Amino acid sequence: MTIEQSSPVPSNTEHSYPPVGWLSTGALAMVIVGGILMASYAPRKAPLGVATALLVAGALLLLVAGVLLVSLKDFSRATFLKVFKWAIFADLVTAAMIEFAFVRDHTNGASLLIVTCMLVVFTLSVPTTIAFTVARYAED
Amino acid sequence: MTDVVKNLAPSASDGPSLDRPKIQVVPLKGLPIAAAAVVFVTLAIAGNWQWALVFCHVAGGGLWTGIDLFVGLVLGPILGRLSIPARAEFSARFMPKMVIIMPTVVMMTLATGFQIARKMGNLYASSPNHSWLIASFCVVGVMAVIALGILEPANIAVLFEMNKPVPNGELIGRLMKRFIYTAGITGLMQIATLIIMTRVATQ
Repeated sequence: MTIEQSSPVPSNTEHSYPPVGWLSTGALAMVIVGGILMASYAPRKAPLGVATALLVAGALLLLVAGVLLVSLKDFSRATFLKVFKWAIFADLVTAAMIEFAFVRDHTNGASLLIVTCMLVVFTLSVPTTIAFTVARYAED
Repeated sequence: MTDVVKNLAPSASDGPSLDRPKIQVVPLKGLPIAAAAVVFVTLAIAGNWQWALVFCHVAGGGLWTGIDLFVGLVLGPILGRLSIPARAEFSARFMPKMVIIMPTVVMMTLATGFQIARKMGNLYASSPNHSWLIASFCVVGVMAVIALGILEPANIAVLFEMNKPVPNGELIGRLMKRFIYTAGITGLMQIATLIIMTRVATQ
């Protein structure tokens, strides 16, 4: 461990962490591009191959972020979970609204499955980014 | 991984004063209003209620665009020139409100906008508005990644930092800078939204 500077105030330290926030934001970007693709074809069927590839890429990025998060040391998991809990509640409402709109518009079959999986990645990636950004600066 | 500990602690005077009240990150008083908006939008979509769909889209979109432009291009540069304690003082009152307002107006605008486009046939490839709508999806997509991936996490991290017994003024300044820049970018992108939406309405 390298200590650049010491201070009489024992708080406000900043560690270097793996890019969990960027990975989860990358996952969000993938599913947003996938969502745009699906929406731009509506009410026709979107090319599911491209949408699936974007979904898989997003899920993989999120998975890597999750693995890195679990393996973190000196990280405030309590703060992470506290923020994650609130953020996922808000994003669940948004995701449910989008899912409702797609179901209402008669999206079904594989298209609906892909949209649902994209919404799962969305619902997990945004709270991960927010909670990680907050928890990395937490002191407990 | 190299574990570098860099002490950024300024003196307590760099941050907000210690006798300040605790900041409520999510203002609970605003939640019933947000919940009412969610219920109203759901009913509008479920009932295919034309007036309510247009109302939510126009009201939500107007607020979203106006707030983004004002925060990004007017408030942001002013905030950037304030001292860190002044920025922190302002943010403590301003940012919790944004935590409730922005997701609500964005949800109102997007959910109803898609339904209106579908009802009016603008989603069909043969529609003259189709390419404009795709452009609008792309603009919204970029704004969503910036807002949800960078701006909102910075916003909430600032509020948590300010609730610490000794807030790190330098960290707050850095996160606020991120907020100011990203708000500026989304503000500029809202100009594209205005151009696209007025084109769609007049084709």
